[in-house]
Amino acid sequence: MSKVLIVAEHSDGVVNPSTAKCISCATDIPAASIDVVVFADNGETVATQVAALSSVERVIRVDNEANANSLAAVIAPQVVALSAGYTHVFGPSTTFGKDLMPRVAALMGVNQLSDIMEVLGNHRFKRPIYAGNAVVTVEMPEDQAVVATVRTASYKAVEGGGNASIESVSLDADLPDHTRFVEVMSGVTDRPDLQTAPLVVSGGRALRSEEDFSIIYELADALGAGVGASRAAVDAGYAPNEMQVGQTGKIIAPDLYIAIGISGAIQHLTGIKDAGTIVAINKDPEAPIFEVADIGLVGDLFNIVPELKAAVSE
Amino acid sequence: MDKILVGLKRVVDYNVRVRVRSDGSGVETDGVKMSINPFDEIALEEALRIRERGEASEVIVVSIGSAEAQQQLRTGLAMGADRAILVNSESAPDPLTAARTLLALVEKEGIDLVILGKQAIDDDNNQTGQMLAALWGRPQATFASKLEFEGDSAKVTREVDAGLEVIEVDMPAVVTCDLRLNEPRYVKLPDIMKAKKKPLDELAISELNVEPAPAVTAVKFEPPAEREKGILVDDVPGLVAALKDKGLL
Repeated sequence: MSKVLIVAEHSDGVVNPSTAKCISCATDIPAASIDVVVFADNGETVATQVAALSSVERVIRVDNEANANSLAAVIAPQVVALSAGYTHVFGPSTTFGKDLMPRVAALMGVNQLSDIMEVLGNHRFKRPIYAGNAVVTVEMPEDQAVVATVRTASYKAVEGGGNASIESVSLDADLPDHTRFVEVMSGVTDRPDLQTAPLVVSGGRALRSEEDFSIIYELADALGAGVGASRAAVDAGYAPNEMQVGQTGKIIAPDLYIAIGISGAIQHLTGIKDAGTIVAINKDPEAPIFEVADIGLVGDLFNIVPELKAAVSE
Repeated sequence: MDKILVGLKRVVDYNVRVRVRSDGSGVETDGVKMSINPFDEIALEEALRIRERGEASEVIVVSIGSAEAQQQLRTGLAMGADRAILVNSESAPDPLTAARTLLALVEKEGIDLVILGKQAIDDDNNQTGQMLAALWGRPQATFASKLEFEGDSAKVTREVDAGLEVIEVDMPAVVTCDLRLNEPRYVKLPDIMKAKKKPLDELAISELNVEPAPAVTAVKFEPPAEREKGILVDDVPGLVAALKDKGLL
């Protein structure tokens, strides 16, 4: 029997949907029982939310002032202290999990598996490499815990309706003070979260400027969609970094992805491969984005986008 | 600070469209252009700027892998690194073995700061920096987009899912770079000539007494699932109709 420990991701007292996706991945492991650990300064509300997710056996709540800001160097030794008896230790392949899980694995003396996209067995998994241009099947060593991140775009969040027990635990781990949180700056937005939005509108370099990028927001708002951007648009300063979609940005799987003025470098395409429907709007008929688009429209985005916005607003 | 160590991994160039070998034994690398991992180039650029500001005295580049990685180390020397170390290993090591190797060098050389790319664009693992920091018992500042030193600590701005996070880390530390930390310089011809005279030491991974990590076995490689061929529409009404057809509007 397998025992899986999942490290919950949360902020401002709200569990991140990546946690429910990790649980979903863990349910594919044969005969697994699933525990989720919440590290926080006060994890009460998050633990309650996690306990309501289906398939969770037990929620472990580790309250400690040092856990207020999810610093990898602080959390990693605590995950290791908890890991005894678990066959698998999972986190999401978000910036939180990517920062944390390799540190956990190294402290445990094992290699880490990045971006599980499919579970083939207790120790056998598929993951993407080369910006998703190849998929490799890997076999992890049998005699040690599998420490891994889960490619969240490959999984649907588990439903609610769970009723897990919540247990508060205090851990005897030596926590470093060499790493200190200062602040987080994020654009305040009422728009749907890019990583979970069913509809996403994304803009590229062809938007020309930060001002002109506003037509992307306007279309997104008319559709109730989240907003993304290509690396080129972020590098050029048209959009903030947290909107970048692609190999080194966010990997997303919306039902509908509308790529506007994005040429479609392989590094971008890897971020949208799991989208249900991809729409491409681009004036260059040879743009690689059309190779993956389900629906393509060749033309000037500065004419098309306002017209599309008017049409969907009706 | 005195010494900065920068890792340079030899990878398939980012412009190459990688293909899986028909027998599933790996990806085709024969005759394919190889380059420094782009994130590692950013790491080196940052180290050079720190040295040029007078905040460090020496920049050492290291690669772990086959003798061919000398090419990438020479490019690193041409960019401005002071010296290079090639740790010979038959193939590029897994992240934990790489981290153990880097730790051995950190201890041998007395390194004050390690700057690495946040991920290599071949394996897309995004692990080595975090692992090195763990084994070293030092801070990690991953996905860095800005780096400033203040006395014995550094203030690092990190690109995270929520936006930009600022943390403060005591030195020595490990920093891994994101895309927007800087724009790496171009190498000029005279620098390439000069780089030939700079020291490039080679040693075997066994000389560092590195214990290889338990193996993760690659069983097989396959191309990703293809998306079905799409349609072209002529205008916005056509697009709206196609979306309605799919129940998306």
